Amino acid sequence: MRTISLAFILYVFWLVLSGYFKPFLLIAGAICAVLCALAAGRLNAADEEGHPNHLILRTPTYYPWLLWEIAKSAWSVTKIILHPKLPISPTMSVVRASQRTAAGIATYANSITLTPGTITADVQGNDLTIHALVADGATDVEGGEMDRRVRAFEGGA
Amino acid sequence: MTLAVDIASWVLIVLGSFFTVVGAFGLVRMPEVFTRMHAASVIETLGAGFLIFGMCLQAGFTLVTLKLLFILALFFFFAPVVTHALARAVLHAGIEPKLAEDRRAAAKQRLAASGEGRQP
Repeated sequence: MRTISLAFILYVFWLVLSGYFKPFLLIAGAICAVLCALAAGRLNAADEEGHPNHLILRTPTYYPWLLWEIAKSAWSVTKIILHPKLPISPTMSVVRASQRTAAGIATYANSITLTPGTITADVQGNDLTIHALVADGATDVEGGEMDRRVRAFEGGA
Repeated sequence: MTLAVDIASWVLIVLGSFFTVVGAFGLVRMPEVFTRMHAASVIETLGAGFLIFGMCLQAGFTLVTLKLLFILALFFFFAPVVTHALARAVLHAGIEPKLAEDRRAAAKQRLAASGEGRQP
């Protein structure tokens, strides 16, 4: 199942990048995509960590919220940069990721880093060391709303 | 209709340029390496995002638009990985960030008291 979805995604990816729609090339591309997917399967590169296809259908539950958070915090960082006094208060803290899978923890750590104003600087098990541009940013992450949303996004995997 | 699309796309491209310039400005203004990374993340989110959506409107419904969206997706998955690698390398090299407030020790104690975390 995972191999099929990986082959399909590889095929679409190649199709978009190449832009060729001649029958010979379409068939050759399909064969290559299937071979690549099979090779990835044999390398154990296409497991639930390397190709978390069970999360694809759940993206609408998390990514729109994440995009909105990114826009809001990017705007607040912009205001800090343009502020004449540069009102920063760099803060470091440690938060715990409640996700159970590696893909879930990676999603959470990536989301923290992707949001301007906060960076995941280190990961030990499921404790994330974060650096925030202002103290409020660290407090927000400690509040754990993003953690809960990623936990829900990860689902019962 | 084409005029409206053109105007929308130019508004987006100008907005993207604005956030890119702001990010570059912050990169120069911030005092040290960690705070500079925060300024850079404005470029790779709002800057790149607005620019790419503006270019998508210019390209219309073509393969170019799909490729642009791929680039945006690539940004969204690789930018945090690279930033994290950089931050971790800086910490590993022993460069201590200048902090207004360090909650690490207190937070670690609280987490240790609250139960077992999964070990690496």
